[in-house]
Amino acid sequence: MLIEADRRTFEAEVLQAEGTVIVDYFSESCVPCMALKPHVEELAKQYGDKLKFVALDTAKARRVAIGQKILGIPVVAVYQNGEKVEELVQDDCTVEAVEALIKKYY
Amino acid sequence: MDTIYDVLIIGGGPAGLTAGLYAGRAKLTAAIIEKGQDGGQIALTNDVENYPGCNPEGESGVELIKRFSRQAERFGVVRYADTAVSVDLGDEIKIVNGHNGQYRARTVVIANGAYPRKLGCPGEKEFSGKGVSYCATCDGNFFEDLEVYVVGGGDSAVEEAMYLTNFARKVTIIQQFPYLTAAKSIQERAKRNSKIEYLLGYEVQSLEGDGLLQKLTVKNMETGELTTLEADEDDGMFGCFVFIGSVPETEIYKGQITLTERGYIPTDEDMRTNLPGVFAAGDLRDKSVRQVVTAAADGCIAAMQAEKYLAELS
Repeated sequence: MLIEADRRTFEAEVLQAEGTVIVDYFSESCVPCMALKPHVEELAKQYGDKLKFVALDTAKARRVAIGQKILGIPVVAVYQNGEKVEELVQDDCTVEAVEALIKKYY
Repeated sequence: MDTIYDVLIIGGGPAGLTAGLYAGRAKLTAAIIEKGQDGGQIALTNDVENYPGCNPEGESGVELIKRFSRQAERFGVVRYADTAVSVDLGDEIKIVNGHNGQYRARTVVIANGAYPRKLGCPGEKEFSGKGVSYCATCDGNFFEDLEVYVVGGGDSAVEEAMYLTNFARKVTIIQQFPYLTAAKSIQERAKRNSKIEYLLGYEVQSLEGDGLLQKLTVKNMETGELTTLEADEDDGMFGCFVFIGSVPETEIYKGQITLTERGYIPTDEDMRTNLPGVFAAGDLRDKSVRQVVTAAADGCIAAMQAEKYLAELS
């Protein structure tokens, strides 16, 4: 399941979470992001038993995103015990690359 | 996929969707393979005003392309969400291999367009998504009240620069020529926008920063002098949006389809490539004008020529 976080819940859901969290940074005006998100939802269903999946609408959480060094979307990032360890940014964020990234941490 | 389609269209932008619409209406079995959202490049733009018949008050690329998609679907075009990874177009039955399977057809319309040209300077890859962007509608929001540079001088650069003034407090256009190449009406509108400044006759040399983009070095094309622009101390970073044209996405056709030196597909007036039954439409064609309207025209012609080709076969 893909948890929709916001600027208030992001800290608890991602930065203070134990284990591995996959974060999909998107915004509704970002066409490539909206094309990717349904695929991430599917992957969340598939791999959600061992990994936590969170999505953040950056248009409503700009400072949080910038604080995570996100200045361009889409980004799919991997957090482990609150630390960002890997990410796929913009053009690199293909469905195939995202699935490969998830499998790596599964 | 068991079906052998009459027409297989690679790409769901204006060219591909129009080809699909015409093929479907001609009662040909047609399918479009599209890896992302419909529309291609036009879906990223906030305001389309020069497509004939679009909303006279202007509309977003997404809004415009939605109507293309609905029209194609209305005429029974099958849609596949997939990426064309390799092709085999030399035989009577053409094959396109995707991530999700193999697609076969009697004719193919290559309409998968182009992707944004990169600057190719040091720091560009490092700061992609950390200040460097190729999509204003995606990333403009991050630069609310900050400063932003737009590299380029054509329609896209100037239009997106104006769009970015909705967010940034200052937008500076950096253009290598001492003049803009955008349409006059766009240039005039930009002149009236007090948030836009210009660095004409400068080329970006490098991008630097500490995690986020903070420095941009430009070269004066006449004197060769280098100047480094730094982020405002309080801001701590700035944006650099690149709109310097596009590159045709034709890697997978190398060795089968004739390509020009710059990677475009040359065709005749009927969109025919060097291979029988294979047509090209839209921005990846070798042509002088690349607009939504010309892409749509290409798609229409390709579909009608595909129909003619199939009729002659049987």
